[in-house]
Amino acid sequence: MNSGGFFHLLPNASTYAGPEDVLWWSMVGLCSAIAIGVFVVMFVFCIRYRKGRPADRTLAKETLPVELTWTFVPLTIFMGIFVWSLFLYAGTRTPPADAETIYVVAKQWMWKIQHPGGQREIDTLHVPVDVPIRLMMTSQDVIHSFSVPAFRVKQDVLPGRYTQLWFKAIEVGNYRLYCTQYCGLDHSKMGGKVIVMSRKDYARWLDRHDSGTSLAAQGAALFRAKGCSGCHGANASVHAPDLDGIYGRIVHLADGRTVAADDRYIHDSIMLPDKQVVAGYAPIMPAFSGELTESQVLALMAYLKSTRPGTQPAHESTRR
Amino acid sequence: MNATVITPDLPELEPPRSFFAHGSGLRSWLTTRDHKRIAILYTITITLFFVLGGVAAAMMRINLVTPDGALMSAETYNKTFTFHGVVMVWFFLIPSIPATLGNFLLPLMIGARDLAFPRLNLMSWYLFVIGGCFTIACLLLGGVDTGWTFYTPFSTLFSNTNVILVAVGVFVTGFSTILTGLNFIVTTHKLRMPGMTWFKLPLFVWGMYAVSLVMVLATPVLAMVLSLIGLERIAHVGIFDPALGGDPLLFQHLFWFYSHPAVYIMILPAMAVVSEIIPCFARRRIFGYKFMVYALIGISVIGFLVWGHHMFVAGMSATAALVFSILSFIIAVPSAIKVFNWTATLRRGNISFEAPMLYALGFVGLFMIGGMSGLMLAAPALDIPLHATYFVIAHFHYVMVGGTVMAYLGGIHYWWPKITGRMYSEGWARFAAVLMFFGFNFTFFPQYVLGYLGMPRRYHAYPPQFQTLNILSSAGASILAISYLLPFLYLGWSLYRGARAGSNPWNARGLEWQTTSPPPKQNFLARPVVRKAYAYDEPAPGTTA
Repeated sequence: MNSGGFFHLLPNASTYAGPEDVLWWSMVGLCSAIAIGVFVVMFVFCIRYRKGRPADRTLAKETLPVELTWTFVPLTIFMGIFVWSLFLYAGTRTPPADAETIYVVAKQWMWKIQHPGGQREIDTLHVPVDVPIRLMMTSQDVIHSFSVPAFRVKQDVLPGRYTQLWFKAIEVGNYRLYCTQYCGLDHSKMGGKVIVMSRKDYARWLDRHDSGTSLAAQGAALFRAKGCSGCHGANASVHAPDLDGIYGRIVHLADGRTVAADDRYIHDSIMLPDKQVVAGYAPIMPAFSGELTESQVLALMAYLKSTRPGTQPAHESTRR
Repeated sequence: MNATVITPDLPELEPPRSFFAHGSGLRSWLTTRDHKRIAILYTITITLFFVLGGVAAAMMRINLVTPDGALMSAETYNKTFTFHGVVMVWFFLIPSIPATLGNFLLPLMIGARDLAFPRLNLMSWYLFVIGGCFTIACLLLGGVDTGWTFYTPFSTLFSNTNVILVAVGVFVTGFSTILTGLNFIVTTHKLRMPGMTWFKLPLFVWGMYAVSLVMVLATPVLAMVLSLIGLERIAHVGIFDPALGGDPLLFQHLFWFYSHPAVYIMILPAMAVVSEIIPCFARRRIFGYKFMVYALIGISVIGFLVWGHHMFVAGMSATAALVFSILSFIIAVPSAIKVFNWTATLRRGNISFEAPMLYALGFVGLFMIGGMSGLMLAAPALDIPLHATYFVIAHFHYVMVGGTVMAYLGGIHYWWPKITGRMYSEGWARFAAVLMFFGFNFTFFPQYVLGYLGMPRRYHAYPPQFQTLNILSSAGASILAISYLLPFLYLGWSLYRGARAGSNPWNARGLEWQTTSPPPKQNFLARPVVRKAYAYDEPAPGTTA
């Protein structure tokens, strides 16, 4: 842990931390300068014009230009900060195309991590250094928030939807992970650590914790075990949509809308299928919201993403 | 307390009997329709609530001295910060200045005999007391562990505490806020005495007017969102919980649509108070009067459009974040204008440093620091790491406690002679004001650093590396506590032993100073003289000085 002493500053352990720190310290500098400026002026006035001291007390004419100056100068400065912050913020929103996805499920009061290779861990996230990592997160119960101060990243984790967060760690080490959205009794204990490893160590770690089944393969097993294949499978007699290659496809709904089959759509179609019924199909699918955990939905989704239209579901072969 | 002082400048129609003299039994107070007495009822009530909320704060600060949270269990801690937040926000800060000083002064400042609806005013107080006592009883007997923000779905389907009961209490209290706002708006429109035109109004009246608009328009949304929580908790109607098909972010939008304007409900009256005190002790007309008015109105209008800056990391779209960010920067401009104008008012003044002035100057400094840390939070790029850390705690305590509470106490000291007819010990009052300024900074500045280092808020226990700063903060809180207790002593003492104040001890302008202290039941014995606001370049009416 980065347990420096008193006044240890935060490590800048991600690509975002450095530029963010520049903006932060610039703001600290700017605000201090303004505050000190106003304090000095107030102090000088209080001394110079204190009661009983001879001074020029003729009323100055209030002029519009003075008021306009201290309206528009702050406005201009604020807009400058806004634009600067905007550019930084935009970079936090879209992960690079080569980012590796790791899945996070939050629940009272733990973080469950699922790697695409099937490795699972709790309250600890192992990541390789210098590789952009995209976390796809959801919550099993209430709202949580995934926060790693050393990376300067934070994102709320909501039930019923997926939020993402990405970072690229630049320094090997252990960094503290906090839950920063109040989530009940043991909110303050819902922490953990992010362990940034060299790529070689990371590969070794993945091997050591290999369970033999990738996330997609776990999903394929669930697809059969939970009975999905009974209706959605190739040989099913029930009239249900074919799901091979569903991910990213455009879906026409019974109510006339069209939606893209993204993470949230697939999640909702499993958990609350009545919400969006595909055109041409009867709403006969039971809701799985009481049946499946969010981790299992993520595995199912990894499986569905691995399928291609017209092919038989791939199992072990989906592993890269 | 029967003030028999007759000021020489008033025609002697009858010996002015102060409003205190019209009945002294409990019944005369509980059935009063006099805005001045209702203001005093409010003052006593919110002071009790402030003490309760303060005790909760003290317990939290003691608990945080050690990293493992030795004093309380996590459950108790969570209930304690909920108690502190609910009580301080709804039962102290929101009513603080409007219901006490505003109630007392608004009619006096515009030359009216009372508010437009005196019975409604009394009813507001009863609603407030009923809602307040009910809520506090529910918070003490069982408690609530959701935080004052009631975030869903935790509050609707996961918390096993008295959420519904507390929501009902806050709901009821909301009506007291709405009715007070309504009363103030009508009073300002209809009861200004002849000659008191809009731009002759003291900024205090403008502040009360602006805040009343916000109260009337924002509070119903709170009532709505609390009802929806009840509906989901009791009837399991899917509104916020995704397992029922609801949307948890909808709650945050509705809640902050009320609660961000509520922040301005707390700070606008503070600005209003300070705009009276600084000109009086600088002996100068307020600088940029009209800009100060426009700034007040601007803040109350734009205040409705910035709620989303509480949700930058909650999962909102980038476009929404951009819009809320730019609006949050824009709303900082009128606040900056006000700080500059207060400072400019000092220029070429004839400044003396009585206790109210020390509070007012302290307010300007602390409000400025709090406001500028708000600028950092308005930038999403900086808000990402700072959100939900102690930086946010420090930010809003600088504005709410450093700002509003300092201004409230400044106003209490400034108008104390008018309200009670007595002077307090100036030396002790100055000492308390200075002690409060240092105690406050000592308590909350370390929390900015803690926030930057990443310490999350609402943590019952924390990693040991944060301990030093937490001890500093708790030590500062003990100084702050002493500075809050001092006024009880010297103000209490002044009620019995203080020198008679006379009608205008500060040689201030404003109509409230043209009547006796304490004012008679009907406020004025003779028609006050209306001139421009802050006529410190002219002698006070009826005096030779």
